[in-house]
Amino acid sequence: MATSTNQSEIKVKVENLNFYYGAVQALKNINIDVYANKVTALIGPSGCGKSTLIRTFNRMCDLVPTKKVDGQILLDGENILEKHTDIVSLRRRVGMVFQKPNPFPKTIFQNIAYGLEIQGIKDKSLLRHKVETSLQKAALWDEVKDRLNQSALGLSGGQQQRLCIARALAIEAEVVLFDEPCASLDPISTAKIEELILELKKNYTIIIVTHNMQQASRVSDYTAFMYLGDLIEFGVTKQIFTLPKHPKTEAYLSGRFG
Amino acid sequence: MNSFKERAFKYVFCVLAYCSLLFLLGIVLTLVFNSLQAILNINQLQFFFSDDWAPYFYPPIFGTLQLVISSFMVGAMACLIAVPIAVCTALFLFELASPRARAFLKPFIEILAGLPSIIFGFFAMVVIAPWLQRTFDLPSGLGAFTAAFTLAFLAIPQIVSITEDALSFVPKSFKEASFALGANRWQTLSKVIIPAAGSGISTAIILGASRVIGETMVVVMVAGGATALPESIFSPVRPMTATIASEMGEAAHGSLHFSALFEIGLMLFVITLILNLLATRISKKFRLKLGHGR
Ligand SMILES: Nc1ncnc2c1ncn2[C@@H]1O[C@H](COP(=O)(O)OP(=O)(O)OP(=O)(O)O)[C@@H](O)[C@H]1O
Ligand SMILES: [Mg+2]
Repeated sequence: MATSTNQSEIKVKVENLNFYYGAVQALKNINIDVYANKVTALIGPSGCGKSTLIRTFNRMCDLVPTKKVDGQILLDGENILEKHTDIVSLRRRVGMVFQKPNPFPKTIFQNIAYGLEIQGIKDKSLLRHKVETSLQKAALWDEVKDRLNQSALGLSGGQQQRLCIARALAIEAEVVLFDEPCASLDPISTAKIEELILELKKNYTIIIVTHNMQQASRVSDYTAFMYLGDLIEFGVTKQIFTLPKHPKTEAYLSGRFG
Repeated sequence: MNSFKERAFKYVFCVLAYCSLLFLLGIVLTLVFNSLQAILNINQLQFFFSDDWAPYFYPPIFGTLQLVISSFMVGAMACLIAVPIAVCTALFLFELASPRARAFLKPFIEILAGLPSIIFGFFAMVVIAPWLQRTFDLPSGLGAFTAAFTLAFLAIPQIVSITEDALSFVPKSFKEASFALGANRWQTLSKVIIPAAGSGISTAIILGASRVIGETMVVVMVAGGATALPESIFSPVRPMTATIASEMGEAAHGSLHFSALFEIGLMLFVITLILNLLATRISKKFRLKLGHGR
């Protein structure tokens, strides 16, 4: 299994990343190494740039017309911020799960198949196979196998979120980005998603934004603490949570601000 | 004192709010009441299925089939022209246009929406009709196609605006989800946004159709006015609205002719009512589908 991956293999390397919304600088000279088959948590107070950072990994930030980026983000050694980067294939490799579950108003099957169909895959049996395996990977198969042709909007919030995860897995993402995936979920659904994330990291590299410190400490191997666009501290989660080096990190974790 | 004022306000508003309902009721009752004479004294089979409209004959003949066919023919052609243009315009404005292009284009569409239909009629008479006559070598430029072409431009602004509403009802998160799965703009538009807005767009089209069928001035001016069954799309025709408008002045109050015109009006009312109910139903379903409303 992929669990035996070398400890130090870097999947994504962020180098001197600066990001601007118009004249406002949202990210200031960020440097992070994201390790393969690990979970990296991004934490920090509201507005510190977590979403902005996570959205640069799959270039979703391109949707903002006024944005300006410099620096490098190396995915398997290749800079994805180049002008000629193939965005479509980048987004296939780097999947994203959003804060609010956002299944399409289509059937469960169609939701998963969508990402494959836009790649031109029409083979019905292949689609069926991929839908099934991705739903299994997202621990949703047993709950929905009898209702694949019903609307995805009929699922509960937690199920919808796992459907969105399955959707990202179906296109064989290597990295999965989670931007506060449990923010709108109840505790039981949250626990299921956390369990799923721990399971997924065997085969995927995971980056997660969360406001929930317990969640960060439960699921992540590495933690990055951000504040006002700066990366204040980055390291092994255990160390960050027990022996933060920076006073701001300590203050944040002890609940003194944010 | 305060609570009295409050109650008074409430009643005033309540009465005003029900005004339009009363008015509608009045309209329906008037239509039905005035149609009664025709309904009772004209063979209704003949009324609906004969294509001979000769109110000045003795005995007069009141067959409305060709008027209804003309209405639907003109309406359908107008929609065929208007819908693709309007839907593409809305998609362009909503999804593709730069803010500057949008800011440039929108006011023109709004001005078009606000023009009185008689102005459209003028334009059609003086420009479109002669042009069609020359291009297709017709005996007259006034006919079904000219009317449909003109009505299309009358309906476009409305269809554009309702379609745009439908598109803006589609949550942005669908678009993000689609992009995040590697879809390009075109795939996102055609496979996610348009299907999600689909029933909203259908509503826009149905309301456009209802507007076109009910429109009177343009068809009086440019449809040609012949009460025969149309032979081609360029034939001069006289839709239901035009018939009522051009004969109401001459028909003696209380005569059978007068009542027959009211019955045509009643038919029109029913047709547009059905179209509007259909539109409301579809749009309600659409909102539910997207998770808005109940
Ligand atoms: N589209 C945008 N246009 C302009 N400024 C933006 C835009 N999106 C975010 N910002 C600004 O960039 C900064 C960082 O925002 P970001 O959404 O990355 O914060 P965040 O850490 O994800 O916050 P939260 O925890 O509330 O989600 C904020 O100051 C925000 O106001
Ligand atoms: Mg955020």
